[in-house]
This record gives sequence, structure tokens and C-alpha cells, in this order.
Amino acid sequence: MKENNGLLLPRRKLLGGMAASAGLALSGCDALNDSADFRSVLRSAERLNKASQRLIAGRGALAREYSQSEMSPAFPKNGTINPGTPEYLRHVSEGFANWRLRLDGMFARPMSLSLAQLMAMPAREQITRHDCVEGWSAIGKWRGPPLRLLLEAAQISSRARYIIFHCADDFGGTPYYESIDLIDAFHPQTILAWGMNGGMLPVGHGAPVRLRVERQLGYKHAKYVMLIEAAESLSGVGKGKGGYWEDEYDYEWYAGI
Amino acid sequence: MARHSELQESGDNPPSRLVRKHRLSTRLWHWINAAALLALLMSGLMIFNAHPRLYWGEYGSFEDAAWLEIVSDGTRGAINLGSSSIETTGLLGIWTDGDGIRQERAFPYWATIPSGYDLAAARRWHFFFAWIFALALTGFMLRALLNGHIARQLHIRREQWSPAHIWREIKAHLRLRPSDRESRLDYNILQKFSYIAVIFLLLPLMIFTGLAMSPGMNAAWPWLVDIFGGRQSARSVHFIAAFLLLGFFVVHLAMVLLAGPVNGLRAMITGWYRLPEASKAEEAGGKNEGE
Repeated sequence: MKENNGLLLPRRKLLGGMAASAGLALSGCDALNDSADFRSVLRSAERLNKASQRLIAGRGALAREYSQSEMSPAFPKNGTINPGTPEYLRHVSEGFANWRLRLDGMFARPMSLSLAQLMAMPAREQITRHDCVEGWSAIGKWRGPPLRLLLEAAQISSRARYIIFHCADDFGGTPYYESIDLIDAFHPQTILAWGMNGGMLPVGHGAPVRLRVERQLGYKHAKYVMLIEAAESLSGVGKGKGGYWEDEYDYEWYAGI
Repeated sequence: MARHSELQESGDNPPSRLVRKHRLSTRLWHWINAAALLALLMSGLMIFNAHPRLYWGEYGSFEDAAWLEIVSDGTRGAINLGSSSIETTGLLGIWTDGDGIRQERAFPYWATIPSGYDLAAARRWHFFFAWIFALALTGFMLRALLNGHIARQLHIRREQWSPAHIWREIKAHLRLRPSDRESRLDYNILQKFSYIAVIFLLLPLMIFTGLAMSPGMNAAWPWLVDIFGGRQSARSVHFIAAFLLLGFFVVHLAMVLLAGPVNGLRAMITGWYRLPEASKAEEAGGKNEGE
């Protein structure tokens, strides 16, 4: 009795207070999100994610490879589905016969390779799962030379720390690019895929060549790769965060989760 | 014996007594966990808005069959669950934001962090608070194991296992008068069940299904995603477990309100709990956590 009488008012107050503080918390979260200091605190988790995954997985742990029967019936085309520039369209109409993949930057022997030369290199075929940052997954088959072979052929400098992929497409005038570090660049499943699901890589999926970096999310898998650059740091490209989505939308550079 | 003497009386209020109910480690974890879970839930709902479809198996995308989908088809918002569709216009799928602008997204602005669509920011919130949550849970589990909290407060005693006792507690809860028969310093059987399920099942499940969605973790620990039957299954279980936790939170809040919110809140903030007069006699033989 005594307890009930005593608690009636506080209970009502408490409920009102809870509703009010919920509203406050909501606007508070947006305010926190707008604060650069708070965002840099949140960002500390990215370093932890990368360090702990590298610690657990090591350099060589392989992504799961699937059998033919486990492949997705439909593999979504995402991001740019056609760069649409006159130059790119000309390459498409020529079957990429005059297209060249360049390797430049911190290489002792910068190279320029035709699609035929790329296809003549030892290729790796892998059926892997592609995980989009948005949440969906699709399983597809990829074929192409390991990136490692190209980096070695062009004699990458021992001072290089990052491999930057410059692409033929742009988003609203900003060229697409992505970057990975040498641990992922030399990983056996990191390939430059010119083949997909048993055929040539279609335009919608990044023809003639896209990167596969299987231990990270989809936005790291650069499509329409034109130039592979070896560099000591990421500061000289774009806005310096190592990729289009990183620069423009603040996505994590390390996309292992 | 020693335990009994730890019950400290407050001198000025003879009819009821203040006793130590929750230790510092429990109280600290409770509030860190509550804040982290709220941030995780709300940022998680924003992440879900990026692709509001759930699947079973390894893969699943736009053209694959979803077992759950929140749709917005221009005029109507709905949850599609299997073959049934429940209209949710105004709440899910289509809703009006704080500025009065009509939005076509799954979860509404008041349920997400940030309130507007921002996948990158939601992910940063999610992973930051995931670390806080996982480290705090690990710390609490170890501490509770070592200091006997689990053994004393969550261990289900033999008499509590009797169906008659469980049924009595269910009836008492349904009458919204739980804990009448028990000392309020001792958890009743339904409390023990739900706390054990939450601490040892649901919370770890959130961590493991979360990790199972990470391509980096899949390479490191392929068995983890296999346990859940594939990455999209892990994502579905992550979502289901999150809503079970939300369900726990609602019941937990209702119970706190019913049992006396001021007393309960004080106990979880300061550790001091005012023991109601009626259960004082019973309490003498009861157990408490304080030290």
C-alpha cells in the first residue's frame, strides 16, 4: 500500500522522463555524429578490426571457395554498370583489342599489358562469395592472373606500401579508385579477373578486368581497372583516404567486416 | 553467516531497510551494456535499411527469395513475411521524418542512428559499440564467474526446478505480482531463466553471428559461418536475436516498473535496495550479492 502510493507519481514522472530522454538521446546521437572528434573516436574501431583480423587470420588465410552447384543463380550488377565514356565505349566495340592495362608508379619496370597478354598469364579460377557492404551476398566464379605475378613482373619497389587501382568509371565526375595494402595484394586469391562465371567478364561487372580481393567487402573490388599504381602512401590520390567511397562517403578503408 | 551480516541497515527508517543488492561490477556492466546495446540496435537498424531483405543460406540478393522483407512500393509500406504481407505504412517502409518529409526506407528515423540514411556512419557506430559491448560482456562474465555471482545468483536451486514452482511463478507474473513469495534479493526462476538466456545465449549469439558476417573473419574462422549455415543465415539470426533482445528489454522494463522503478533504479545505480517490510522475515534466510 505504502509502496504503491509512494510510487504512483514517480512512475508517471519516470515514463515522461524516459520519453523525453529518448527524444534527447536521438538528437544527441545526430549531434555526436556531426562532431569530428566523436567520429574519430568511433573510427578507432576500424584500426582494431584490421589489427585483430590480421592477427587471427594471418597473411595467408583463404576465403571460402565454393563448388559450381553453390553459385548464385543471379549475380547483381552493382555500382557503375557501364562507364559510358567515348573511350570506354570504343574499347567495348573493339572487344578491348586496343585496351592496355598499365602498371606504373613505384615499379622498376613499369608495364603496359594487352588483354591477350593478361589472358596468356597463369590464371587462377575461384568460386567465391561477394559480400556487399549493404548486406547482400552472391557467389560467382572468377578467373584471372594473381596480382602478385604482375607486381613481381613489374618489379615492385621495396618501398611501396600500397597498390592503387585507377578505374575507367566515375561517379558524378569523380574517378573511381580503390587501394589495398601489400598483404592483400600478394594474397593468393587476389586476382585480376578477366573471366566470370565461365565467360568473359561482362561490362556490367567491370570489363575487361576487375580486382578480386576476397577477404574484403564488395566496394574494394575495383571494376574497369585501367592503371595499377604502386605507392608509398595514399595521400597523393583523390582526397587521400584510399578510395572513392572512403573519400566521398567516409567508408572504412579496411573493409574486412 | 558472513553474508547475513553484510546486510546493512539504515537507521532512520525502521519499517523498511536498505540493503546492498548489486555490486559495482554488475552495476557498471549493466549500464555500459544497456547503452552499447541501444547504440548497436539503432545503428543496426540503419544498416538493415541499406538492404531490408533477409535470406537463409550462404548467398542472397535482389533476385533471390527473401523470407523477410520490408518494402516500400510508392504508396504502401509493408513487411513481407514468407507469403504474407502486413501493411505498415507510416511506421515501416514509408514514413514521415522529423522535418515532415516522406521517406521510403525500412526503419523510421526515430529508430536509427544516424536518423538519416548514412550506411558508413551507422557502420562506424556499430563496430565501435560492438567492441565496447563484447569487451564489457567478456569482462562481466569473467568477473561474475570468479566472484561467485553466477554460482550464487543465477544457479537454479533444486526446488526451483519443480514444475509446480515454475507454474506458480508463471501465474504470479501473469497476475503482474511477481516475487511475492520470494525474497526480493533472490532472483525467481523466470528471472534466472531469462538472465541466463540473455547473458549466455543471446548476447554471445549477437557477437558470433556478427563476426560470421565478416569476410575477413570467414577466412580466419570458416567454421563460425558454417555453424549458422551460411553468411545470409548468420545475418538473419543476427536480426532475430536482436529483436529477441528488444523483447527482453521491454519485459525487463515492465518488470522494473511493476516492482517499483525508483527502488530498482536506485539499486542498479547505487547498489542500495529498499527491502519491503513484508519480505523482511523471508529475507533473513535469503541471499544477497553485496559485499
